[in-house]
Amino acid sequence: MAPAQPLLEVEGVTLQYRTREHLVTATYRVCFEVFRSDRFVLLGPSGCGKSTLLKAVGGYLKPVEGSIRLKGGEVTRPGRDRVMVFQEFDQLLPWKTVKQNVLFGLLASGTLSGPEAEARAMAYIEKVNLTGFADAYPHTLSGGMKQRVAIARGMAMEPDILLMDEPFAALDALTRRKMQDELLRLWEDTGFTILFVTHSIPEAVRIGNRILLLSPHPGQVRAELNSDGQDCEDQATGKRLSDRIHGMLFSEPVPEDETVAHG
Amino acid sequence: MAERPAVTARPEFVREAVREHDIGVVLKPLTAWERIWGNGWLRKGLILTALALLWQAYGSYLNNPLILPTFGSTVQSFAERVVTGELPGKAWTSVKVLLQGYAIGLVLALAFTIAAITTRIGNDLLELLTAMLNPLPAIALLPLALIWLGLGNPSIIFVLVHAVMWPIALNTHSGFQAVSGTLRMVGRNYGLTGIRYVLQILIPAAFPSILSGLKIGWAFAWRTLIAAELVFGTTSGSGGLGWFIYENKNTLDIPAVFAGLFSVILIGLLVESLIFRVAEQRTVRKWGMHA
Repeated sequence: MAPAQPLLEVEGVTLQYRTREHLVTATYRVCFEVFRSDRFVLLGPSGCGKSTLLKAVGGYLKPVEGSIRLKGGEVTRPGRDRVMVFQEFDQLLPWKTVKQNVLFGLLASGTLSGPEAEARAMAYIEKVNLTGFADAYPHTLSGGMKQRVAIARGMAMEPDILLMDEPFAALDALTRRKMQDELLRLWEDTGFTILFVTHSIPEAVRIGNRILLLSPHPGQVRAELNSDGQDCEDQATGKRLSDRIHGMLFSEPVPEDETVAHG
Repeated sequence: MAERPAVTARPEFVREAVREHDIGVVLKPLTAWERIWGNGWLRKGLILTALALLWQAYGSYLNNPLILPTFGSTVQSFAERVVTGELPGKAWTSVKVLLQGYAIGLVLALAFTIAAITTRIGNDLLELLTAMLNPLPAIALLPLALIWLGLGNPSIIFVLVHAVMWPIALNTHSGFQAVSGTLRMVGRNYGLTGIRYVLQILIPAAFPSILSGLKIGWAFAWRTLIAAELVFGTTSGSGGLGWFIYENKNTLDIPAVFAGLFSVILIGLLVESLIFRVAEQRTVRKWGMHA
């Protein structure tokens, strides 16, 4: 079934970061593998280090233990082969129009230049249905549109893997639902590989084909499950996928005093 | 246990939306008067006219041109000296010196700030220097400048640089520090480092702060320049507006003193409303970045 060579290998990764008062262990010996065209979801409650893990894959953070390899090569710094899409709307450069924002990625990284860059940028803006807004500045767009621009900018880079850090978390529920459908449609269109972080069980079930569950404080792998997007009942247990996930994540009492507010 | 709160049962209903042309007003143009009153320039023009009339009335009532010449005689004196080319010449002398000081101050401020964001020691240096030197009025350095650089333009430029550099550096630095972590990560994601990162991410992202630093720097420089010229205007060669004011005070030509002050205000207003306002509209307002 699966190709022999995984695209991304995360092996025994322990991540730590410093706050003003503490040295926090965000994840402890996390292992997983992402294959080409996976929609791989990192799911867990706040404090399970999923965002930190994504930043480490992005190359913003070095593991204190273990290794992260993309196509066999060690990840040491941010690079254009792993493009991040963030939750925050301010990830777009406010001084550039929609088209210039998408172009910015291509030009700054030296991926393409001139008319080729322009053509690729416009093609991806069309994919996210924003052709009519190509010359609009980000502050005139709605939250959902801003996230679509960010996704177009990431996809235009045609990276090995698109890293998405709760990209729809700041949207209202209706827009969020619409954006999830759009992301799936884009995936069917191009088959790109996604590593998607969320704390929403329904979102994980809809978006992912493979879901990694992380338990909090520090983040440890709890399970890795398959999803077909339909939230079907499991043959063995007769439970829906979302209920199984809920059971696994919340079977242990979660400590109430979550002093470190970190996804 | 308390009883469950009662909920009043009501039937559901579904309605069609009223068609747009059946609703009275959806979009209606404002009346001419509302639009005129909405024009800020016009409102400010009215206030200016009222102030000028007040000045004229009080000046006529006082009838003592040595203390307060009327608005009319000030304008007349101003017009005469503009026509002879005296005022524009003096103004240009001032502005020329000002621009030199401003440009040098700006470049130094940028260099300092870039050093401050790239190295920790640079950061400490800038914080210390701005904390120490920003509160020091530039004009207080003039005596020292005279000893070091002698009488003339270099001394004035020296104090101007001092007046301009710290506010710009302070604002730019705090602007750089306020650039969001997300934008920084975006820049690094697309491979921007070093000077390209500063030029393509930090400077535009901090532009609102930089622009307000430029404005404050301009105002400081303009005041410092006029003050410096008042103190030792002649020595800077032909002399600028400050010297013009000083000279005419000595000959008791008070309407000309007012005309000089008038020019100082006018140039300040022009720069503020033409250069900075336009720069603001073309950048931070267009980008939706103004606070």
